[in-house]
Amino acid sequence: MTQAPTTTMTGDSHGSYPSYLIGFVLAVILTVASFAAVMSHALSPGMALAALTVLAVVQIVVHLVFFLHMNTSTEQSWNLMCFIFAAASVIVIIGGTIFIMHDTAINMMSR
Amino acid sequence: MLGKLSLSAIPLDVPILVGTFLGVAVIGLAVLGAVTYYGKWGYLWRNWLTTVDHKRLAVMYIILAIVMLFRGFADAIMMRTQLALAYKGNPGYLPPHHYDQIFSAHGTIMIFFMAMAFMTGLMNLVVPLQIGARDVAFPFLNSLSFYMTLVGALLINISLFIGEFAQCGWLVYPPLSEMQFSPGVGVDYYIWAVQISGVGTLLTGVNFFTTIVKMRAPGMGWMQMPVFTWTAFCTTVLIMVSFPVLTVTLALLSLDRYLGMHFFTNDAGGNVMLYLSMIWTWGHPEVYILVIPAFGVFSEVTATFSQKPLFGYKTMVYATCSIMVLSFVVWVHHFFTMGAGANVNTFFGIMTMIIAVPTGVKIFNWLFTMYKGRVEFTAPMHWTLGFMITFSIGGMTGVMMAMPAADWILHNSLFLIAHFHNVIIGGVYFGYIAGMGFWFPKAFGFKLNEAWGKRAFWCWFVGFYLAFIPLYVLGLEGMTRRMNHYDNPDWYPWMLVAEVGAIVIACGIVCQLTQLYVSIRDRNLPENLDLTGDPWNGRTLEWSISSPPPAYNFAVIPDIHGLDTFHTEKQLGRQAHGKPLAPIHMPKNTSAGVFIGLFSFILGFASIWYIWWLAAIGLIGIVATMILRSADRDVDYYVPVSEIEHNEEVYSRRIAAAQAAE
Repeated sequence: MTQAPTTTMTGDSHGSYPSYLIGFVLAVILTVASFAAVMSHALSPGMALAALTVLAVVQIVVHLVFFLHMNTSTEQSWNLMCFIFAAASVIVIIGGTIFIMHDTAINMMSR
Repeated sequence: MLGKLSLSAIPLDVPILVGTFLGVAVIGLAVLGAVTYYGKWGYLWRNWLTTVDHKRLAVMYIILAIVMLFRGFADAIMMRTQLALAYKGNPGYLPPHHYDQIFSAHGTIMIFFMAMAFMTGLMNLVVPLQIGARDVAFPFLNSLSFYMTLVGALLINISLFIGEFAQCGWLVYPPLSEMQFSPGVGVDYYIWAVQISGVGTLLTGVNFFTTIVKMRAPGMGWMQMPVFTWTAFCTTVLIMVSFPVLTVTLALLSLDRYLGMHFFTNDAGGNVMLYLSMIWTWGHPEVYILVIPAFGVFSEVTATFSQKPLFGYKTMVYATCSIMVLSFVVWVHHFFTMGAGANVNTFFGIMTMIIAVPTGVKIFNWLFTMYKGRVEFTAPMHWTLGFMITFSIGGMTGVMMAMPAADWILHNSLFLIAHFHNVIIGGVYFGYIAGMGFWFPKAFGFKLNEAWGKRAFWCWFVGFYLAFIPLYVLGLEGMTRRMNHYDNPDWYPWMLVAEVGAIVIACGIVCQLTQLYVSIRDRNLPENLDLTGDPWNGRTLEWSISSPPPAYNFAVIPDIHGLDTFHTEKQLGRQAHGKPLAPIHMPKNTSAGVFIGLFSFILGFASIWYIWWLAAIGLIGIVATMILRSADRDVDYYVPVSEIEHNEEVYSRRIAAAQAAE
């Protein structure tokens, strides 16, 4: 607030009309595809689950890139790094918890 | 109307509490009376309570930490005395219900309100000065964080006199902390105190992370940052990743207690073990949040008092960062006995042992910094040397318990208690006290008394070993923690030795109080005054400005050319800047933090006692204050050049006076 000698406030891109449109179309396609995967009954339940997982991850990436403007440009590097770090932490915390609780459940025959 | 609250909630039947209440009331009234008598309310409100100046918030944090140290230590010596008495036929003087509250409160207060507050205080004081910034990134949030911490501390201390505190340990493990087994308000006091102060801690984390990333002086790249700033940076990252986990865990526990859900209950599909895993996902990084800044303090103290640059700056940075990462993948070592299989326990056991490697790197860095240096044995240096010995022992017992097989014997025994006091007192506490002695002249403009500082150190050092080495022995002999009474004749003598140790530590605390008193009394003696702003021949930027610094810290933001630029330029005899002065943009004081704190207190207290209309008032108050504050456009001002010039002139006259005196 009081000073910003190392801060660059310029160049924060907030997207353009075409980029929002592309993002919107992609998001719609992915959403429809998710519903289709389940409602068409074309896939086995296991396959449908896998397809949904993949589509959901792609959906997250689309939102991040087109709506939250995350990219590899220099002004976005901190955002990108923080995001990757946060994702890694979440994977460690959730993955670790599942690893521990699953192992405990099997070992203690509680589930 | 008043929920669960009634007159019977006040424990008039417990003489210890009535006596404590009278003592606190007398001291409190004396302080309030003194402030009124000397007409200092306006000064206090304008210059301290509503301040957004990081240096003043730092002082308030550290005062809070010292007050909480007394409370936590009072609990500690009561427990030791109980166990020195409660042998065979003697039941001791604390009934189990009271004793259980004491050990729960001791842990909670010492970690959340002593150590966390002290750590945040040191970060507040030092980080902006070390990176050449004029304040933190979000000064108002900084004030808000302080009041959140203060409210948590107030709630936990009010539980002494109204109602009760939790009786299920400092991490309130379910199922004991569920409604079924803890129907009282004790656990609710714990939940609300920790949740509210947790908000403050999280905001501090975000605030200092942003400050360090965005507000370094020009030229200060990552590898030109002082080590304390590096450690503060790693701590803020840990805070931001781990505190949300604590918030969620306690929120789920409150849902169990308030809304009858079944996340952690025994029945209806609840999973008690999940609580253990989640709370330690936060809990293990938490101890590193506390100790990593202490490592930073030791690095600054060792380099300054050895008159040498820190040995292995880069390895120190890499070691700090690897500790930061590793501290996230070790949490199972707190519950190896829970029943996970060998693969889980092996993974987390090995990870735990690996942490010893970067920590060892640090110890050797400090030793090599002292090697062939001109070591000055000041009080902060005493605490540092005491740390190196004590922490090494504590670290080694930690590696012992990192072996799952050994942990199955030692889990929840007094060996564990001895281990973590060994690292927390020997690492965290010694570090913070060293830091307080080291930066005290920067905050107040005069030094702390050396003789009393050293006396305090020796009492703490000797007292620590007397109090905790017996606990190692007792743990190996099979004595478990949180025991109220025992009849094993082998344990009795060791408990007596531990009691003596606690008394010696009490002498250390008395010495520290005396040190403060003597230092304030003799503050104007020429050998105590810090006229130059650089009393220790320091290396980093905080020593390049006057003590205490002006509100804006730096009249001109310095240019950085490398590590320890200030020290290099001092050696070369170069005079600073010559850049033209310009008006300085600064944040205005605000009372919003005080009011949000007040309403949070109302919200917390009302929710503990199920007084829902009052809780609603608290919540509305918080939101309304926040909206009012956001609508306020008059939040900043400019310091005119004439005022900066005046301050600079006073400072150069003080330096000239100091040089003339030499």
